[in-house]
Amino acid sequence: MTTVRPPISDFDDAFFWEGINSHQLLIQQCGDCSVLRHPPTPICASCGSMNNQATESAGKGSILTWIISQHPTEPDEEPRIVILVQLDEGTRIVSNLVDVAPTHDQVLNDKRVEVCFVDYDGTVLPQFRLAEVQS
Amino acid sequence: MSGKRAVIAGIGHTEFSQNSGRSTMQLAAEASLASIRDAGFSPNEVDGTVTFSMDTNDELALIRSLGVPMLRFCARTRGGGGGASATVQLAAAAVESGQADAVLVYRAFNERSGHRFGQPVQANPDPAWNWASPFSLNTPAKVYSLTFQRYMYEFGLTNEDFGRYTVVARDWASTNPNAQFFERPITLQDHQDSRWIVEPILRKLDCCLESDGGVALLITTAERAADHGSDAVPILGSSAIQLEGGHEMFAYYHDDLCEYPEGRILGEQLYRQAGITAADIDVAMIYENFSPIVFLQLEAFGFCGRGEASDFIKDGHIGRGGSLPTNTNGGLLGEGYIHGMNNIVEGVRQLRGTSSNQISGAEHVLVSAGRSGIILGR
Repeated sequence: MTTVRPPISDFDDAFFWEGINSHQLLIQQCGDCSVLRHPPTPICASCGSMNNQATESAGKGSILTWIISQHPTEPDEEPRIVILVQLDEGTRIVSNLVDVAPTHDQVLNDKRVEVCFVDYDGTVLPQFRLAEVQS
Repeated sequence: MSGKRAVIAGIGHTEFSQNSGRSTMQLAAEASLASIRDAGFSPNEVDGTVTFSMDTNDELALIRSLGVPMLRFCARTRGGGGGASATVQLAAAAVESGQADAVLVYRAFNERSGHRFGQPVQANPDPAWNWASPFSLNTPAKVYSLTFQRYMYEFGLTNEDFGRYTVVARDWASTNPNAQFFERPITLQDHQDSRWIVEPILRKLDCCLESDGGVALLITTAERAADHGSDAVPILGSSAIQLEGGHEMFAYYHDDLCEYPEGRILGEQLYRQAGITAADIDVAMIYENFSPIVFLQLEAFGFCGRGEASDFIKDGHIGRGGSLPTNTNGGLLGEGYIHGMNNIVEGVRQLRGTSSNQISGAEHVLVSAGRSGIILGR
């Protein structure tokens, strides 16, 4: 069983984790100039607005880079594939790839992925699966 | 050179070890006193300090061990090891502006026998970790590997390519009595036989050597150094670059993951300040928590083109007899990891002509901590 360190929700990113708990991948969006930003910030750097809104991501993107997370000497937890996803909306997010064996003899760079939500013993995280159609 | 120009007048350090057997304050005080004496100064002439924001040795506690009666300038750098060369920038700014006459720069820790940076984080050090640690990115090796993987993919590199850097660094270390790997050179096969830390990216011998120790510098103006008979080395350029969207650990949000943009801009700043180009650098001291970061910096500073660092190293440029001797103390994985500060000491030694691996005729040394850097010269 994968053990997960729960996120420590802060004022600035509380909306994100609330969204995850209801299975929505939210991206912070400026309510005035519409610019998207992740990780979230308290003020829009483009226009100075504090009218912080959020938009739901379609949850589709591609893998920029990836590693397998595994303790080098103590196999005390399941290996996880860590990925950096370029979302189609333009922002990036670190996550995990699930339903794929954590082996090195594969090329995951630039593969298309889709978001899913996994509950790890009470902690819900946004995770990704390989998209059925690789475009 | 103007007499008001900042110089490094003194260097000091403890031994570098896996278990110092004494307090970090003692390490800081020993290194500090050594640097003050090396410069020909008395402790009561020191009136400023600079250290890392992460350093646990309080300035006022330190000066009680040194006999420094008063400070009128205290500053600390941002971030971690990326701020190593920024200590010199801050000290130079203080002495050139007249805010202080003689600034003591120090950094000391028991980073092997005490708190080890390489272990998984137990609490998020800052909110940015919320976007990493829940997904198992919880050690520096994993955090950095996520960028190194794209670099390897883009340019078709394997871990052997990184190993060629380590072999060179360990060769330099083997003839440096201060190095923890003194007289212990390795072959590429030795590197390939070391265990994986993050397969297939980093092996154990790609990682810096967690160490106990202290390093200090005394920085003043050229004219004061001359009055004290210091063997002073001029600071020809100093800068530290921070970019919007950047982070000390998570370099995931800039356009091109295969370049180190802070380093590229830093290089441009430093060369302009010093009035030289990359071709004029005789020795490069390049911060390496992990071997691949040397590749990104060699490219960022214009020593070779994008994606060419592996061939540059393979062709022998950074080793003995090469065009750009690099990390001639053995670097942070060969000499020891004192958060990058020991690389500044080696830069000074190269220009004084006192390095264990002296490069004859060295006139310009770059000391890069990636996002902060200095050019020292004669």
